[in-house]
Amino acid sequence: MEFLSYLISGLSLGSIYALIALGYTMVYGIAKMLNFAHGDIIMVGGFIVFTLCTTLGLDSIWGILGAIVGCTILGVIVEKVAYKPLRSASPLAVLITAIGVSYLLQNLALLIFGSGTKTFTSVVTIPKISLFDDQLVITGETIVTIIVSVIIMVGLVFFVNKTKPGHAMRAVSEDRGAAQLMGINVNATISLTFAIGSALAAVAGILMCSAYPSLTAYTGAMPGIKAFVAAVFGGIGSIPGAMVGGILLGVFESLSRAYISSQLSDAIVFAVLIIILTIKPTGLMGKKISEKV
Amino acid sequence: MSALLSIENIEVYYGVINALKGVSFEVNEGEIVALIGANGAGKTTTLHTITGLLRPRSGKIMYDGKDITKVPAHKIVSMGMAHVPEGRRIFSELTVYDNIRLGAYTRKDKDEIEENIQNVYKKFPRLEERKKQIAGTLSGGEQQMLAMGRALMSKPKIILMDEPSMGLSPLLVNEIFDIIKEINKSGTTVLLVEQNAKKALSIANKAYVLETGKISLSGDAKELMNNDSVKKAYLSE
Repeated sequence: MEFLSYLISGLSLGSIYALIALGYTMVYGIAKMLNFAHGDIIMVGGFIVFTLCTTLGLDSIWGILGAIVGCTILGVIVEKVAYKPLRSASPLAVLITAIGVSYLLQNLALLIFGSGTKTFTSVVTIPKISLFDDQLVITGETIVTIIVSVIIMVGLVFFVNKTKPGHAMRAVSEDRGAAQLMGINVNATISLTFAIGSALAAVAGILMCSAYPSLTAYTGAMPGIKAFVAAVFGGIGSIPGAMVGGILLGVFESLSRAYISSQLSDAIVFAVLIIILTIKPTGLMGKKISEKV
Repeated sequence: MSALLSIENIEVYYGVINALKGVSFEVNEGEIVALIGANGAGKTTTLHTITGLLRPRSGKIMYDGKDITKVPAHKIVSMGMAHVPEGRRIFSELTVYDNIRLGAYTRKDKDEIEENIQNVYKKFPRLEERKKQIAGTLSGGEQQMLAMGRALMSKPKIILMDEPSMGLSPLLVNEIFDIIKEINKSGTTVLLVEQNAKKALSIANKAYVLETGKISLSGDAKELMNNDSVKKAYLSE
């Protein structure tokens, strides 16, 4: 029963990693860049909910909508202002810019909200479930996180495989030039990708802050890195890979924290990542990288 | 008579390398025009510049009475110009059907699109047999057919083909060239870039020879076939 409880909390944590990892992997697949500011979008989402609900006292639904809309707009603006001018620059220049954007967002948050830890009020109102004479308790946050994540992932898979903008994304991801020859606007497709990725990060941020209710300017940093690891673990650029990678990472982290060592859990998680990448360098579901002849 | 496509003195650079040094030529409506030349002469660069994947440093590209020199690549196809790129460049992770469907990306007339897909299947029956297959698993010849079928889905007035014979067996090359003739007969103008000069000249009306970024020779395709310097440089097998 104890194991089941750790497993469920791992699934919930893993779902959050998966939502964030999806943003990393989609942006990498389509814009061919690592957006290291992605994690900080989570923190911005958290602060939008905090401002609207805690400071201004609005209903949590407005906080959720505000965070999703705000983060989507922020993601698109960051892409337009910081990354688009570097479209033909070296990948290293783009990477450094992304790190710069990350620091910019963190410091803006420090400037506006200060360095103190804010207590986040959970947006989840459904009660916890107790099973087997209280031996297994599942919190409302855990239930909502898992359900919301499953819905989003199913929706995303449908979007990418069955809709016209989804096909455009896959085409741009595979061959930007050929996609243009089909009449696909590459810049618009990249903007759409940033919009979707940032909206997912907002949802992840709200779910995460509800489950672990403390909020600082650095709240997004560690989950951002872990989600990046999850995306690489699953095979960067692969959507199912990010989902599987995120969930496995969450479960693994939760179980190693419970059964091995809570202090060493991050080290263990990263060690496993290194081992897996040594055996399978493209990640679990990564594409074979073949050189064009 | 004004040409459907006219290239006026374009210069293209890759960094400091001058790839096209003032190339001019014309394609009239209904023609098959061949652009032949050795590897590295600038044939692919020329096609990329026409469809906006590259920008010329100077010169002008006129198409259908409009200056398209600065039109972005993704807006070219809806103006009636399709480009079958070198190396096919099909979307190898998508299905054959999805590839064909993406060829009609800019079109909104759903019913007619379905009809056009049936026409593509009629022209390339093997694509219909394999419509659910992932495109990357097709053979080279099938991939070339898919790239051509995909381009036809935009209902082009003119189609630019870059090395359609590359890497194909002689039998398949004949099949592909027959299809190009057929496409032209049904009213589509063709600009054909080929290293296989013999094949290209045999179906073209007019041809230009590109040599290190410049047009060195031009004229009627049949005449060029008998031109001594063309014979020596491009037709010796």
